Amino acid sequence: MNFYNLFKIAYTALLRNKTRALLTMLGIIIGISSVIAMVSLGQSSSVSINEQISSMGTNLIMVMRASQRQGGVNIGSGNVQTLTEQDVSAIRQKSNYISMVTPVVNAGGQLVVGSNNWPGSLQGGDVDYLAIRKYEIASGNMFSEQDVRNSAKVCIIGETVRQNLFPDEANPVGQSIRFNKIPFRVIGVLESKGQNSMGQDQDDIVIAPYTTVQKRILAITYIHMIMASAESEDVATTAADEVRNIIRTQHKLKENQEDDFQVRTQQEILQTMGSISGFLTVLLAAIASISLVVGGIGIMNIMYVTVTERTKEIGLRMAIGAHNRDILLQFLTESMILSLVGGIIGIIFGLVLSYVASFLLKWPYIVSASAVGISFLVCAATGIFFGWYPAKRAASLDPINALRYE
Amino acid sequence: MVKNMRINSVVSVNVPPSGDKSSSGLICIDELRRTFQVGSEEVHALKGISFSIFEGEFVSIMGTSGSGKSTLLNILGCLDRPTSGEYYIDGIAVSVRSKDELSTLRNRKIGFVFQSYNLLARTSALENVELPLLYNSVISSKERKEKAIRALEQVGLQDRMDHMPNQLSGGQQQRVAIARALVNDPVILLADEATGNLDTRTSYEIMSLFQQLNTEGKTIAFVTHEPDIAVFTDRTIMLRDGHIVKDEPVTAKSAKEALDALPPKDDY
Repeated sequence: MNFYNLFKIAYTALLRNKTRALLTMLGIIIGISSVIAMVSLGQSSSVSINEQISSMGTNLIMVMRASQRQGGVNIGSGNVQTLTEQDVSAIRQKSNYISMVTPVVNAGGQLVVGSNNWPGSLQGGDVDYLAIRKYEIASGNMFSEQDVRNSAKVCIIGETVRQNLFPDEANPVGQSIRFNKIPFRVIGVLESKGQNSMGQDQDDIVIAPYTTVQKRILAITYIHMIMASAESEDVATTAADEVRNIIRTQHKLKENQEDDFQVRTQQEILQTMGSISGFLTVLLAAIASISLVVGGIGIMNIMYVTVTERTKEIGLRMAIGAHNRDILLQFLTESMILSLVGGIIGIIFGLVLSYVASFLLKWPYIVSASAVGISFLVCAATGIFFGWYPAKRAASLDPINALRYE
Repeated sequence: MVKNMRINSVVSVNVPPSGDKSSSGLICIDELRRTFQVGSEEVHALKGISFSIFEGEFVSIMGTSGSGKSTLLNILGCLDRPTSGEYYIDGIAVSVRSKDELSTLRNRKIGFVFQSYNLLARTSALENVELPLLYNSVISSKERKEKAIRALEQVGLQDRMDHMPNQLSGGQQQRVAIARALVNDPVILLADEATGNLDTRTSYEIMSLFQQLNTEGKTIAFVTHEPDIAVFTDRTIMLRDGHIVKDEPVTAKSAKEALDALPPKDDY
């Protein structure tokens, strides 16, 4: 029997029971569409996380204080005072791959303007701080090198801080804020950046010259952290190694001594986040594929019922000349049509679903070609796998008994 | 390709292996036995019967239930193979054929008409009639449709082709089934109690159709247990307990005349 006839026989048989065919397909439709939607959303979430992490700073390299041991006791990193301005100058002078570098000192406290107040974190940085962290000035100016040298009491505030301290003023440049009773003059307001991938509000920030934070607020000489920007993404790892060597030399560490600081690159964070979201994608896809298996069993179930119900039809087909193989192929084709048509509808439905979801979540919309391809193959395999036994049973019927079946 | 060649080779076997019997009739049965194993007991349904059916004959095969007529019909229809003895249809020995070859034989040589019509539900008359040709890959879809239309015309249903079985009366459904049996141009029509589900008037109409087909040259074997239906055939083979007890030509009554002799329809 040729394929056209086979196909005609199978689809006319399915059309005779449209509601049942549709309901059977529903299992596959739900299974496939959830796999497609889950994989697609998983991927767009990881792309979205990547985008947000890179928006934290270009090729950011962070040097942080390492926890230290004193006489075998780990004293954490809070009191470690190993990072200094000299380390920053050394990186600035010796490094070949670093384009910008800034010391970072931070202090927590209450910000007060008149009757409004807000708990804030004062970030002390150098003039390159904004460029490294990828902040833009919305109004006013960044502080100058002069301000850094003079430990000037000036600050730049983020949008969240502005809303809480100056609810009625769109442009508070020139106004004064008191931080732990010390007055700071607002010289600029930052462009809003929104939340980062960890849900932190990046606009809840006050930036001042690091010298001001060091001397006027904390009264310390060391710095908390160094932030640097590699010249390009490609050299980020090289730049991180270079920074590490420069600081080791600076700290006069011997070969066998451990680092008393730690270097983190943006890429490492990306990798960590990437592996988390990758794991989530796999997990979601695994859960979704369970519903696909359930859908497949639904097909098998219906095919079994169909074979019993259509025993007389099978007997007739055999009596008028169908070979056992024709019957086998007919039922196999029926289950294949169910699963493939269901699969195609499911793919379309899944793509629409993930489009709507990524639109609502403001994530990038990603069509995973491999997910679509694999789903399609899985559908075909489902049709064959779950259709095989019912089809086999139909084909093994004896025409004489099948014809007499009531 | 290979499949088609094999099918053709089955059909083209026209030279009978043992000569004389097969050349004498369209259907030749020689010392046919069929034994079933029921539990530990052997049941002899056919105990060595022989007869031939010649081209253009209208034979009724009669017998009570248990006489072996169903078994004989299954063998004549190539649905079953004899335990011993030989059966030739159109010169082809059946007992040595494989299951697939039997399917092909049924598809090319035999037209079945069943008591309960066995039409596919929710499928138009035309598509029901086309069905046997779907299992014959050498026939194009155009040819298939033409043949189906011709068969429906033969049974007088040219204006009911698009009707579903549930839109047709019992007699009309049986006509569709007869058209389906005719569509592959079989060497013999096998009717199994084909009037069993019909009232007298419709039965006579169907018998009249069979007689007309017979006059047009169709060979028909009609299995029935009703003597008043068998009178419309021109030869009766009577089976009892697996033996032929009577095989004699009869003068066929005209079904058309019997129909005219019936009182006028009183049910409407």
